[in-house]
Amino acid sequence: MAVSTETSSSVIGSSPARTPVWALALKWVAIAAALLLALYVASKLADHGHTLAVVGTAFVAMCVLVIYGTRRAVPMKYLFVGLALLIGLQVWPIVYTAMTAFTNYGQGHLASKEDATAQDIAYSVRQVPGSPTYTLTVAVKDGTSTVAGPLYFLLVDEKGHTFVGDAKGLNQLGKNGLTIDAGKITKAEGYTTLNLLQANKRKDLSSFAVPTDGGGGIKASGFAAAYNGKPTLVWDKKADTITDTTTKQVYVAEGAQWVPQSGKGDALPVGWKENVGLANFRTLFTNSTIRDGFLGIFAWNIAFSVLSVLTTFVLGMLLALLLNDSRIKGRGIYRSLLILPYAIPVFVSALVWASMFNQQFGLINNLTHLNIDWFGSPWAARAAVLITNLWLGFPYMFVVCTGALQSLPGDVMEAAKIDGAGAWRTLRSITTPLLLVAVGPLLIASFAFNFNNFGLIYLLTKGGPFTGGNSQLGSTDLLITYAYRLALGGTNPNYGLAGAVAIIIFIIVGLLSFPGFLRSKALEEVN
Amino acid sequence: MAVIDPPAATGQTAATAAGAARQTSSGGSAFRAVWWRHVLVWIAIAFALFPILFVLSAALNPAGTLSTTSLLPKNVSVNNFDALFSDGARPYLSWYKNSLIIAFVGSAIAVFIGACAAYAFSRLRFRGRRVGLLALLLLQMFPALLAFVGLYITFSNVGEVLPKIGLNTISGLVLAYLGGAMGANVWLLKGYFDTVPRELDEAARVDGASHARIFFTVIMRLVTPILVTVFMISFVGLFGEFLLASIFLTDVNAQTLGVGLYGMTLGNESNSLYGEFAAGSVLAALPIMVLYLVFQRQLVSGLTQGSVK
Repeated sequence: MAVSTETSSSVIGSSPARTPVWALALKWVAIAAALLLALYVASKLADHGHTLAVVGTAFVAMCVLVIYGTRRAVPMKYLFVGLALLIGLQVWPIVYTAMTAFTNYGQGHLASKEDATAQDIAYSVRQVPGSPTYTLTVAVKDGTSTVAGPLYFLLVDEKGHTFVGDAKGLNQLGKNGLTIDAGKITKAEGYTTLNLLQANKRKDLSSFAVPTDGGGGIKASGFAAAYNGKPTLVWDKKADTITDTTTKQVYVAEGAQWVPQSGKGDALPVGWKENVGLANFRTLFTNSTIRDGFLGIFAWNIAFSVLSVLTTFVLGMLLALLLNDSRIKGRGIYRSLLILPYAIPVFVSALVWASMFNQQFGLINNLTHLNIDWFGSPWAARAAVLITNLWLGFPYMFVVCTGALQSLPGDVMEAAKIDGAGAWRTLRSITTPLLLVAVGPLLIASFAFNFNNFGLIYLLTKGGPFTGGNSQLGSTDLLITYAYRLALGGTNPNYGLAGAVAIIIFIIVGLLSFPGFLRSKALEEVN
Repeated sequence: MAVIDPPAATGQTAATAAGAARQTSSGGSAFRAVWWRHVLVWIAIAFALFPILFVLSAALNPAGTLSTTSLLPKNVSVNNFDALFSDGARPYLSWYKNSLIIAFVGSAIAVFIGACAAYAFSRLRFRGRRVGLLALLLLQMFPALLAFVGLYITFSNVGEVLPKIGLNTISGLVLAYLGGAMGANVWLLKGYFDTVPRELDEAARVDGASHARIFFTVIMRLVTPILVTVFMISFVGLFGEFLLASIFLTDVNAQTLGVGLYGMTLGNESNSLYGEFAAGSVLAALPIMVLYLVFQRQLVSGLTQGSVK
């Protein structure tokens, strides 16, 4: 007892260990700040009508008060923040991705049936005599792309009132932060206005309309004016049909959009989000245009990971063996130089290698006097990817193998020597097996990492080349780069299908890691 | 018999002589025994260094295009660096600042969250502790970036309500990174925390110190080495992260080095911008390279331990 008291006073000093006033004050200030923040977030959420999220925020605020305001739940005081972030930003996205995989969420299917139908009806408006008119400024939210970002109409009516309209509806717009020139909004805070050239490029502008409360919609006529017209579509909610009053065409709900009952003519442009069960997975494995490409990506993904681990490990191990000889002078410098590729951020290395593989000007073709179109043919691109990854990955394997070699038991080596084993025999029968046992788990971890090596592929080849007129499924695509392209690559995102690919990645990673997880010492060692 | 004997004898003498020679002048013949190892290692070093040499040469190349760049620079100038810093369309310094802020803030918070969790798991006893630890180990296998579809949609919805932490904000990106903060490092940290003798905090408790005081004044001081290691591993990871950064940061002023430099290699200008790009790459690689060379041992051991566990 006496001994331990002494130790403690040497660490924390001899002053009586009572919580100082400033620490208490700081604690309560922090709690108050957290509660105020929660209040602010909740009020913002309430403004947007997210009731469930308000309840969630209130729950988090209560947890903060109970955990940090009382003396109870000591472990939670240390775990709560991390746990909240973990659940909100790692578990929830995974769950949400999984849920999305079973929907048709994506371009043309973004909103609920109610909202989507309101948009369809708004799109159908025709100008009639006496329709209210507006001056129009086409805009997107700041920070979104002028080419693909959601459209906003900044409107001034005949009386000079200002409005902002989007696909969801029309809202008043305060005049603060607006610059109005000759009755037209030219600048608005928070929005990027499109000039004529940019607006001209928006093909969706001609069919875009802002739904209004009266069941009509505001459409653009040209780029500078808009009108609030009368819809030609009528939604009969009981029969769940839509009738076009001008053409008498009747539309029925089918496949999450309104299609003509007669089977002739086009479906209405906006569909809605709904559950589609396993349809996304069926698409990947049975759809004739996607299946072959998808299975090709799948096979390449596995081949890429296996070959990457294999090539980097073999080169790393050979170098480690080469330098594992105390007679070599300057080993420290050699090692530092060999590790250098590992000390460069992957985005730099991948982009530099991409330029070195350039067919016309690249260093590789210049030095070798070859004229290979590295990123034009599938096999050359795959080779380029593997060469680059060898360069990126061998230093890690070299370091790992060097460490493992140095910790190999000396007596076993000695015994081999006494038994008359030559250098080759020792390497084959003793060093390599022992090394593999030591670095085995790291090889599996490296496989799992390379399986999802998004940065390398995306920065080097973007998944390309795309052969056979297929712009979605590339020759060097991994599942994760394919999912990325589906969700975010173009103007037609398909989140549902991307979610399905992500689920497949999860399953594979899980299958790969789970045996290791069960066998890991950690399971028994938790104390 | 007599005819055969002498050669055999001379052979034997020669062998002994050679053995003696090896023993006496070990220095020179040691090199003779391992010279081929030096040659092979130099070939490997050439493979490791030539891309680095190439990008340095491109950065110093006065013409500043990919087509005029060779492995060794013919002329040397700092034109590309000047052009990089005065490029109105590409705010390189903002990218640099953003990358450093994201990596620094993200790592600092991650280390603190991880240390708190490791303290709880190492020192406190509570229900669900074992299950919690194993759940963290399991979750670690599914990094949040694999769920980028869910993250993207979630953050675009969040951005409509709270624009300050939505898409296209640095704070939103840091928040997204922090989702994995607890799981990623807790095992490595807990392992180190377990090596700090329990007698120390027992003693402090006897003296009347609260759990918070023990954590901040006793434990945190003793585990500083592992905190530094975890901070650097996390810093290196966040500095180089590309997937989420490219999804989140579309506005050119908000971008990180990775996203910004990638943008420079796209399009028709990529050849003429190559010198600028190379200069930017060299500068972007500097912080991590310096970290590596200074803290090589800690980083390497931390990385290997982290993945074994």
